[in-house]
Amino acid sequence: MESEKPLLDKNKRRIDGRAVDELRPIKIEAGVLKRADGSAYIEWGENKVLAAVYGPREAHPRHVQDPARALVQCRYNMAAFSVSDRKRPGPDRRSVEISKVISEAFSFVVFKEQFPRTSVDVFIEVLQAEAGTRCAGLTAASVALADAGIPMRDLLSSCATGKAEGELILDPGREEDNLGQADMPVAIVPRTEDIVLLQMDGHFTQEEFKKAMGMSINACKSIYDMQKDALRRRYAVTTEEEVEVQEAIDTQIKEG
Amino acid sequence: MGEIVSELTRNHIHRLASAGKRVDGRSSDELRPLKIEKNYVKSAEGSARVHLGNTDVLVGIKMDLGEPYPDTPDKGVLTTSAELIPMASPTFESGPPREGAIELARVVDRGIRETQTVDLEKLCIEPGEKVWILFLDIHVLDYDGNLFDACSYGALGAMTDTTVPASRVDGEDFKLEVQHYPVSVTAAKIGNSIFLDPSLDEERIADARLTVAIDENGNITAMQKGLSGSFTLDEVEGVIELSTQKGNEIREMIKG
Repeated sequence: MESEKPLLDKNKRRIDGRAVDELRPIKIEAGVLKRADGSAYIEWGENKVLAAVYGPREAHPRHVQDPARALVQCRYNMAAFSVSDRKRPGPDRRSVEISKVISEAFSFVVFKEQFPRTSVDVFIEVLQAEAGTRCAGLTAASVALADAGIPMRDLLSSCATGKAEGELILDPGREEDNLGQADMPVAIVPRTEDIVLLQMDGHFTQEEFKKAMGMSINACKSIYDMQKDALRRRYAVTTEEEVEVQEAIDTQIKEG
Repeated sequence: MGEIVSELTRNHIHRLASAGKRVDGRSSDELRPLKIEKNYVKSAEGSARVHLGNTDVLVGIKMDLGEPYPDTPDKGVLTTSAELIPMASPTFESGPPREGAIELARVVDRGIRETQTVDLEKLCIEPGEKVWILFLDIHVLDYDGNLFDACSYGALGAMTDTTVPASRVDGEDFKLEVQHYPVSVTAAKIGNSIFLDPSLDEERIADARLTVAIDENGNITAMQKGLSGSFTLDEVEGVIELSTQKGNEIREMIKG
């Protein structure tokens, strides 16, 4: 394959031209599905991920209901055509695990006590995958929860940091994920910096871990701004005055 | 796919129907706006995202090498599956495909298989040994009625977008050749009125449903009647005529 090409060049530029602490381009849109109570779409590099939220609704089957609070249940799923070798449809061990850690992350921020016996169902569908789909999915799901009006302490933001050629790299891309030396997805509550998701494999020294965490947290904060921005765009109300101003500008442009 | 419709909604639609009107203001033979976006997923060999009103489906094609069926040793294999993921509707649940998903996949599959939309012999590499398997996966993202049509447009659209990755077997990549364009149009009967492209509410209270597929030569290539009501011969002929007219417009959009 292309493993000949180093993941970092002499100037510490990465294979896709990014700096070591640079995110891939991210685009978030809130409220993209009609049937869902809340939804969001994210493009994160080559990842394309949809998230939808239903609920709070009666939890099924009944015996899973909690008389004191709501359940937060996430289902992370990859479309068969989202990866280069077709993935067999349905849950596999990897997606079950990801669903679980994401559910647990959201359980921390949702005010579950307000909705006893119900379930807040979060669906994450990966339509096209590059690397870092769980971070992209969690970030989108968080916007979808807000779009659904689910009471929460805060949004959650997520970003991974990895390691390649001995250097820490923010938000690993495909080759870096496959050939890199470490990968650590993180999700935080941006306002308080509480860590609600943390996984890691590979090798980090203690120093590297601290630095990597700092990089992820910084990135999460800029992602947090993008999430808030997506929600603002969804719910922004244009006043009549603003419409008039915009129309005046438009006519001026037209008339040159 | 059972969903409860309120008595009020039901009466309202019936009342409008008796005057030949529809809830969303369309005329009886008017389809919802159709948008087809090809090459939506880069990890797929071909894909199309279809919006039919608020109904939103994504169809992806993956090609894989495999063995032919013993009774057709010189033909490639076409496999269609549909997932009604729980993101798309509050009534869809996770788990193996049920009735609704299986019927949908089979109707779409029949539509393209029986008309020899693609020449499966061209997908043969070594007779009896090695052929291409064309996996057509339908991912329903937002369910607002008339999945049959949205999914079959998506299937055709994705096929026109497909490149066979023959370079994997020492050949040269080639575009999948689409020989025929059977376009389906679905009608719902409510009381004595017939409406094309039923919306979700119309579909839920319809007495009967009829899907007709017409190819570019005006031949009928598939029909499927559903639900417990009935059609008169006149009505069926009327639906066929409308399908032919509407099909021509849609065919151009799918090719384009």
